[in-house]
Amino acid sequence: MSKKKTECFLPSRSAIPNVISISLSILCMMMVVAIAPKLTADDRNPYVGDAKAARAGEYEFRINCALCHGLGAHGGGRGPDLTRAQKKHAHSDAEMFQVISNGIPGTVMPANGTNGQGVGMTDAEIWQIITYIRSVEAKASGNPAGNAAHGKELFYGDANCSLCHMIEGKGGRVGPDLTAVGGSRTRAAIIDSVRNPSRRLAWGLTESTKEFPQEYETITVVTADGKQIKGVALNEDNFSVQMIDASEQIHLLEKDKLRSFQKSRESFMPQYNSDILSDKDLEDVVAYLASVGAK
Amino acid sequence: MTLRGVTVREIFAHLLTIWLACGLFTPATHAQVTFERLLNSRKEPQNWLTYSGDYSGSRFSALDQIGVATAHNLTAKWVYQTGATGKLETTPLVIDGTLYATAQDDRAFALDARTGRPIWMYQHQLPGDIRPCCGRVNRGLAILGDKVFLGTLDAHVIALDSKTGNVIWDIVAGDYQKGYSFTVAPLAVKNLVIIGVSGGEYGVRGFIDAYDAATGARQWRFYTVPGPGEPGHETWEGDSWKVGGAPAWNSGTYDAATNQIFWPTGNPAPSNRGEGRAGDNLFSNSLLALNADTGKMNWYFQFTKHDEHDWDATQVPVILDAGGKHLIAQANRNGYFYVIDRASGKLVSANAYGKTTWSDSKDAEGRPIAKKEASPTLEGHTVCPGALGTTNFMAPAYDRQTSLFYVTARDQCDIFSTAPQPYEAGHAYYGSAYFPSEEAEPYRGFLKAIDPTTGELKWKFEHTSPTWSGVLATAGGLVFTGDAEGNFIALDAASGKPLWHFQMGGAVYAAPIAFAVDGKEYVAIAAGSAIYAFGLPERNLKTSQ
Repeated sequence: MSKKKTECFLPSRSAIPNVISISLSILCMMMVVAIAPKLTADDRNPYVGDAKAARAGEYEFRINCALCHGLGAHGGGRGPDLTRAQKKHAHSDAEMFQVISNGIPGTVMPANGTNGQGVGMTDAEIWQIITYIRSVEAKASGNPAGNAAHGKELFYGDANCSLCHMIEGKGGRVGPDLTAVGGSRTRAAIIDSVRNPSRRLAWGLTESTKEFPQEYETITVVTADGKQIKGVALNEDNFSVQMIDASEQIHLLEKDKLRSFQKSRESFMPQYNSDILSDKDLEDVVAYLASVGAK
Repeated sequence: MTLRGVTVREIFAHLLTIWLACGLFTPATHAQVTFERLLNSRKEPQNWLTYSGDYSGSRFSALDQIGVATAHNLTAKWVYQTGATGKLETTPLVIDGTLYATAQDDRAFALDARTGRPIWMYQHQLPGDIRPCCGRVNRGLAILGDKVFLGTLDAHVIALDSKTGNVIWDIVAGDYQKGYSFTVAPLAVKNLVIIGVSGGEYGVRGFIDAYDAATGARQWRFYTVPGPGEPGHETWEGDSWKVGGAPAWNSGTYDAATNQIFWPTGNPAPSNRGEGRAGDNLFSNSLLALNADTGKMNWYFQFTKHDEHDWDATQVPVILDAGGKHLIAQANRNGYFYVIDRASGKLVSANAYGKTTWSDSKDAEGRPIAKKEASPTLEGHTVCPGALGTTNFMAPAYDRQTSLFYVTARDQCDIFSTAPQPYEAGHAYYGSAYFPSEEAEPYRGFLKAIDPTTGELKWKFEHTSPTWSGVLATAGGLVFTGDAEGNFIALDAASGKPLWHFQMGGAVYAAPIAFAVDGKEYVAIAAGSAIYAFGLPERNLKTSQ
C-alpha cells in the first residue's frame, strides 16, 4: 500500500500535564492568601505585574483551567497553549477577562462557573489568572525556527502529510484537520505527535469537555462476507461503529453483524522518525502549521 | 329518600367504592400517597413511589410483562422534551398514571404517563449567582399526600401541589451564597420530608434535615460535621470543622423495622487536601443510621477516613437480607463494595470491585486503609480510582430474583496535584487539582453484577466508554441501563447479555424506572434533554395475555 508511509496523524490532545516540571518555587504559594482588593471596573487588571497575584492565579488556573489548558498553561487535551504570545480570541487583559467570564461560543471553552470542572471564579480571581498567564507567556511572537514555505511544500509533497490531513480545505480526510493546530499546540506537542503518533491519541478528557468523541483509534473489522476493513473510528457506541478507511471510504457497521471487530490505540498514522523526516524538515512543517494557525 | 332503611346516598357511596376498587376509574383517581403506601410500595409495582422505587433502595420492579423473551420487541412509546439543557439526572416518580420528574435549573413537571403529555410545569426562579459544583442538576422529587417535594440549587425546599404544581410552601434551608444547595431527591418518611445538602466543594457544614410535609416546619437537623462537645468533633483539626463539608447529596433509605434512615455522606472539605484538617473528619464519607423521628444517630460507619480524593460515600445504601443476615450493601466511590450489618453498623466485608491502588491493607475491622503514598503531592501522584470514583451518583439495583447487585463502574486513574487555597465563603474549596492519568488510558466503563454475600463478580458488560447511567432490575429477568453514547439497553439479568437497545441521541446521566398504566408495562429513562418511555407493541401485549 503506497500510502502506508504517508499517513500522518496529529492528535488533538497534545499533552497530559507534565506536573513534574512544575517549578518548586510554587511551594511558597501555600502561604499565599487570596489577594482581593475590591474591584470597581471590569476592564482593568488591578494586578498587572504583581508576582503574588500571579502565584495565587496559578492555583486558580490549576483548579479551573488546567484540565484543558494543561499545567503550566502549555495546552492540554482541548485547550490551546496559553503561553504563546499571540492568542486567537483575546489580546488585552480586558478581552481575556471577557473570554474567561463568558466562554467562547461555538467552542468547548465554557463560561466561568458553567462547566463541571472548576467551580466559578470571582472577578479578582479571574484577574489573578490573567496575571498568571501573563507571567508565563512568551514575550514576543518570535519567528519560527523553520522555513514555512518549505514546510508547505513538504506537507503537500514529499512528507505526504496531506494524503491524510487537510489544511484550509485542501488535503486528505482520514486524519484530523490541521488548520488550527499550529495556533493552539506547542511546537513540542506537534513534534511529539509526528515522532510518536501512538503515544497519545486524541481523547475527550472528561464528558463535560467532550466535544466530539472521535479519538482516531485504529479499527480493523472482518465483515460477514469475510472482507477485512482497516481504518480509523469516526464514532462508535456499544452497538455500531462508523469508520473511514485509507481510501477515504466511510463504512457504517453494526457490530453484531461483523465476523470480528478490533480496536487498537496503535495510531493509523505511521511513525515519522528522522530517517523519514529530518529534524530540519520537521521544523519547517511546524513553521508552516504555525503560520497557518496564526491567521 | 330511603330504600329499606338504606339511604340512596349510602348505596351510591357503596357503588362508588366498588367502582373504585375495580379500578374502573383509573388513572384519574389520584389517591393520596400515604406513608403506608410508601411503606408497602411492593404491593403496587405499577407505581414508582420513591427515588429508588422502594425504601430499601433496591431499584427493582416486580413487573414482568417485559421479559427476556419479549425485550427485543421493545419500542418507544413517547418522548417528552424538557426544554432544559445540561445533564438530566432525574428519576421520575409514577403514581396512578401520572409521572412526576425534574430537569435542570429546578424545573418540575407532571406528565400523563401513558402519552408523555404535560399536565403542569413548575420553574423555580433561581438567583443568578448560585453555586452548583457539578452542573445545574436535580435528581428528582419525593411524594407524600397530595404534594411533591423539590430541593433547589439555591437551598430551598419546596412543596408543590401534585395536581397543579402550585407552591404550597417554600422554605430556605441554607445560604446558597456560601455554597449550600440541593440536588438530591428527598425521601418522605411518615410525615417528614428528609433531605441532605450539597456543597462539599464549597466548605459547607453538611447536614440532613427533616421537614413537616404539611407545613415545611423543620423537625430536626443532623449536622454531619459535629460541633464542639459533640462526639466526633475531636476528629477535626482546629476550626476546620466549621467548613468541613460532609454533604449528603444522594437519597438515603429507610428501615421501618428499626425506624431508621440510612443516609450516606460525602467528602470532607477541602475535597482534595488533608492538610489543615488532621484526623478522621467524622462524619464525612460515612453511612449514618439516624432515628427517623428525631434525627439522633444510632451508629455510623466511615468508609474513607480523612479523604483526600473527593470520594464521596454518597452512593445509595441498599437494604438487603441474605443468609439470614440483615445487611446494607454499598458500592462505594472509593472502589470497594462494602457490606455492613444493619443492626450494629459493623463491617461484614469490603472487596474491591474496580481498579484501586490507594489501599494495600485493612484495619482490624476489615476496612481498607489508605497508603500514605496515596496522598496528593505538589508534583502530582497517580491514584486509582480517580476523583470521579469507581462509581458515583449513578443509582445501583439489587435484584431480589437473582440476588445480584448491579452497579455502573469505571476504571480511571487520576493524577492528584495539590493547589492549596484558603477558605473563602461561597468559593470553590478543592485544595488540589486532578488530571487524567495516562496509566489507565483509555478509561473503561462497565455494568457489573456482584454477589453481595461474597463480593464476587458474576458478570460484567463493558461499555464503549464509561457511563453515568444508573441501573434498573425487573422481575422480567432484565437489567436496564444507559450509556454515554445515548443507548438505552436491556440486558439479561442472569448473564449480562444485551437483548435490546435504542439510540436516544443524548448521553445518559439518570437511572431508569419501570411502571404500568392500564395493564401495560413501561420502562422510562432521561437522556439528553428528554424523558423516554418504552413498552411492548400492542401485538405483543395481545399475544402475551
